[in-house]
Amino acid sequence: MPDDQPLLQLDALTIAFDGTPVVDALSLEVHRGETLALVGESGSGKSVSALGTLGLLPANASLTGGRRLDGLDLSGLSQRDWRRIRGGQVGFIFQEPMTSLNPLHNVGKQLGEVLRLHQGLTGQAARRRSHELLERVRLPRATELLDAWPHQLSGGQRQRVMIAMAIANNPRLLVADEPTTALDVTVQREILALLAELRDEREMGMLFITHDLNLVRHHADRVCVMHQGRVQETGTVSDVFNAPQSPYTRTLLDAEPSGRPAPVTTRPALIEAHGIGVSFQRPKRLFQRRPPAFEAVKPLDLHVAPGETLGIVGESGSGKSTLAQALLRLVPSRGSLEFDGTRLDQLHGGALRRQRRRFQVVFQDPFGSLSPRMPVSDIISEGLRFHYPELGADEVERRINDTLKEVGLPEGCASRYPHEFSGGQRQRIAVARAIIMAPELVVLDEPTSALDRSVQAQLVNLLRELQRRRGISYLFISHDLAVVRAMAHRILVLKDGEVVESGDCLDVLERPTSAYTKALVEAAGLRERS
Amino acid sequence: MTHAAKSRLSPITRRRLEVFRQNRRARFSLWLFLALFVISLGAELAANDKPLLMQYQGDWYVPVLIDYPDTEFGGFLPTPADYRDPFTRDAIEADGWMLWAPIPYAYDTLDMTLRHPAPSPPDGEHWLGTDDQGRDVLARVIYGFRLSVIFALVLTAGSMALGVLIGGVQGYFGGKIDLVGQRLTEIWSGLPVLFLLIILASMVEPNLWWLLGIMLLFSWLGLVDVVRAEFLRARNLEYVRAARAMGLPSRLIMWRHVLPNAMVATLTFIPFLFTGGITTLTALDFLGFGLPPGSPSLGELVAQGKNNLQAPWLGITAFMTLSIMLSLLVFIGEGLRDAFDPRHIQHAATGTAPRIPHHA
Repeated sequence: MPDDQPLLQLDALTIAFDGTPVVDALSLEVHRGETLALVGESGSGKSVSALGTLGLLPANASLTGGRRLDGLDLSGLSQRDWRRIRGGQVGFIFQEPMTSLNPLHNVGKQLGEVLRLHQGLTGQAARRRSHELLERVRLPRATELLDAWPHQLSGGQRQRVMIAMAIANNPRLLVADEPTTALDVTVQREILALLAELRDEREMGMLFITHDLNLVRHHADRVCVMHQGRVQETGTVSDVFNAPQSPYTRTLLDAEPSGRPAPVTTRPALIEAHGIGVSFQRPKRLFQRRPPAFEAVKPLDLHVAPGETLGIVGESGSGKSTLAQALLRLVPSRGSLEFDGTRLDQLHGGALRRQRRRFQVVFQDPFGSLSPRMPVSDIISEGLRFHYPELGADEVERRINDTLKEVGLPEGCASRYPHEFSGGQRQRIAVARAIIMAPELVVLDEPTSALDRSVQAQLVNLLRELQRRRGISYLFISHDLAVVRAMAHRILVLKDGEVVESGDCLDVLERPTSAYTKALVEAAGLRERS
Repeated sequence: MTHAAKSRLSPITRRRLEVFRQNRRARFSLWLFLALFVISLGAELAANDKPLLMQYQGDWYVPVLIDYPDTEFGGFLPTPADYRDPFTRDAIEADGWMLWAPIPYAYDTLDMTLRHPAPSPPDGEHWLGTDDQGRDVLARVIYGFRLSVIFALVLTAGSMALGVLIGGVQGYFGGKIDLVGQRLTEIWSGLPVLFLLIILASMVEPNLWWLLGIMLLFSWLGLVDVVRAEFLRARNLEYVRAARAMGLPSRLIMWRHVLPNAMVATLTFIPFLFTGGITTLTALDFLGFGLPPGSPSLGELVAQGKNNLQAPWLGITAFMTLSIMLSLLVFIGEGLRDAFDPRHIQHAATGTAPRIPHHA
C-alpha cells in the first residue's frame, strides 16, 4: 500500500483567526490509494484544516507549518500555481449538494468549465469527456443530464456531478468535506462506495472529513481524530475503534445514544387520529386541467398514550414533518383528530388556540427556531404570558427559572440572547419553551439531527428524564435510527407519505419485515445494544 | 416581562449603531442635518419681524409669544403692534430697548424700505437678498426648510404605518388575501398621482393637510412590496411556526416575531421616502398646485428663480438649499442601509471567528 513518500504531508500546521488559534499543530500524512478520515465534532477545526492546506482561508486567517503535496512545498506558491493545483491535482467535494453547483449553468457547462481551464478541452471534445465522466459516476441518462439544470437533479445526483467535476482532471488527491452529510442514509452508502471505487481505480489519496464515526468504520483506512483544533489520536481504523488510546476518542465512540425509555402501561390514547392525510394542490397551468393534488401524507391512523413516545421514521420527503404539522393543526388536513376527548379538527380560531398550550413542538434547527431579537426569558415565557395573563411578573420569572433549571441550563442565562448559546443549549431553550406550559404532548421534529453525537445523547437523556418526571407523550420524528431506538416505545416507518411498517420499536428495528425498513436499518449500521 | 432584558439594547442593535458610527460621512451628515433641523425648528427665534424680548417703560414684553395691541406703545389702533413701523419703533426705543432675532424678518414680512426694486440682491441687511415681493430670502429658506422636513416626516410616518400594515397582512396571510390585495394595489398604483393632485387642488383649497392626505394615499405603495416579501419569507421561519404552535394570535405573532425582521428592510427605505416627500412637495409648489400662496415653500422659491433670471441669487439659493438637504438625507440613508446590511455587520465584527458550518 503506502510507498515511501506520502502524497500529502502536513507538518505542525497551525491556523489562527485574528490571533485566536483554531487548529493547533496538526500533522498528518495521506498516501496514494488510501483514505484518511479526519473526524471531529463541529468546531473541531477539521474543515478549516482542509481549506488551510489548499490556501483557501479568508484574509483574516494566519497559517504556519509545513504543507507538501507529492513532495512539492505548498507554502509560498503564487496564485497562478495554486490555480493549477486546485481542481487539477486536488479535487474537492463539498458538503452541501444543493448550493455547490451554480444554479444558472447546466451540468454540461459546469463540467466543461473544469475541463477547459485545466486541460484546454473545448466544444465537442469537452462534451464527450463530460459524458464519459457522468457515466463514470454512474449517472443514468448521461446525455440528457448534460443539458439538465442543477434544480432538476436530486441531492444524490448533484453530489455525483460534484464528484465528476472533482475527478475530471485525474487529481492525485481528493478532499471530500462531509460529502454525504446532507444525503439520506441509503444514498450515502452508494456515494461512498463510488468514491472508494474511484480511489482504487485511480490510485488517488483521499482526505475524508466527517463527523460520523459509523461512516469512518466502514469507508476509511486510517483515521485522525480531532478535538478543539488538536489531534487526539491517529491510527488505522481497526486500532482506533477497537483500542482507542485517548479519552476523547473513547467518549466519541460511546456517544451513540443508548438506553431505552421508561416502559408505559397502556391507557386510553391521549391523541388519536383516524384517516389523517395532507395533500397540496398543484398549480394550474393556463388552458390545462389542474393536475391531481400532491398527497404528502396519505390517510393513516395513529394514536399515542400518555407518557408514551411514538417514533416516526423516514427519509427526506417521506412526509414525516408534514404529518407532525397536521397533528399540530398547522397545515390543513383531512380525517379526524381527537385530543383527550376533544375533536381538534373541528376547532377553529380562539378555541383552537386555547387548546394549543396542551401540545407543543420542538423544531430541528436550533439556529432558526428561536427569534434572534428576543432574550431567552421572553422566548420561553411568551406562551405562558399569553395563556395565563393572570400570573404576576414574579410568578412568571419563578417559572422561567424553574424551567431553565429543569432543562439543565445555567442560571442567569434568562436575559441573554439566543446567539450567545451553542446548538445544544439552544435546543434546550426550545425544549424549555415547549414544556413551560406543562403540555401533555410534545412533538419533537428532528430535535437532535443538527447536533453533535455527544450532545445528542445528552438531549436524549434530558427528554427521557422529562418524560419520566412529567408523564409527557412524545411524537418523535427522526431519520436517525440510533436516536429513535433510544427514545421511542413504538415506531411508524413512513415512505412517500405511506406507512410501510409500524409496531413496537425494538421489534421493528431487530426484525424488520418490509424491504425498505430493512435497507434503512442496514444503512444505519446500528450497533448491538449493550 | 423581565426588566433586566428590556433595559439594554439588543446586541444586534448595538452592532448596527457601531457600523453607523464608523461611517464618517453618514455620521457627519446626520449631525449636520439635525443641527439644521433644530435651527429651523426655532425659526421664530432665528428670523422674526417681532422682537424676541423688550423693555418699555420699565415693563417686560415678549412679543414673540404674545401679541400686544398697538395702544400699549402709544399708538391709536387696537390691532397688534407692528414693531417694524418706524413710529412704534421710535416710541419704544425712546423709553426702553428691543432685542431682535438675528434676521429681523419673518417669511412673510414685506420690506418696505428697500433701496433697490425687488428682487434686491444680497447685502448686509438681506443676506441672501429678497424675492420679487420684497421678502427676505434667508427667512423664507429657514421657514421653508422646516415646513418641508415636517411635511416629509409626517408623510413618512404615515406611509410606514399604512405600508407595513397592508404589506404585512398580505404577506403574512398569503393566499387569496395576497392575490386580491396585490391586484388592488397594482390598480391603485396605476392612478396618475400628479394629475390627481392637480385635479384635487383645483377642487379644494389646498393646504398642508390636504396635500398630506392626498399624498399619503399613494406614498405607501413603494413599501408594500418590500414588507410583503419580508413577511412572506418570515411566516415560514421556525420560530414563527413555533409561536403559532404556542397558540399566539396572528396579530401578536406579526407584531412580536415578524415585524422586527421586516423593519430592517423598511428602515432602509425611510430616507428615500423622506427625500421623495420633499421632492414631491417642492415640485407641486413649483407648479403652483401646492401650498397656499404666501407659504414659505422651497418650490415657490424655485419658481421665482425661474421667473427672475436677472436675480440669480433666488435660483442659486433654492438649488443649494435643496441639493444640500437632499444630499445629506441620501448620505444618512446610505449609512443606515449599510448598518442594517448583515454582510457589513460581519465585516465590522471580525473579532469573532467565522462560524464553521455545523453538520446536520
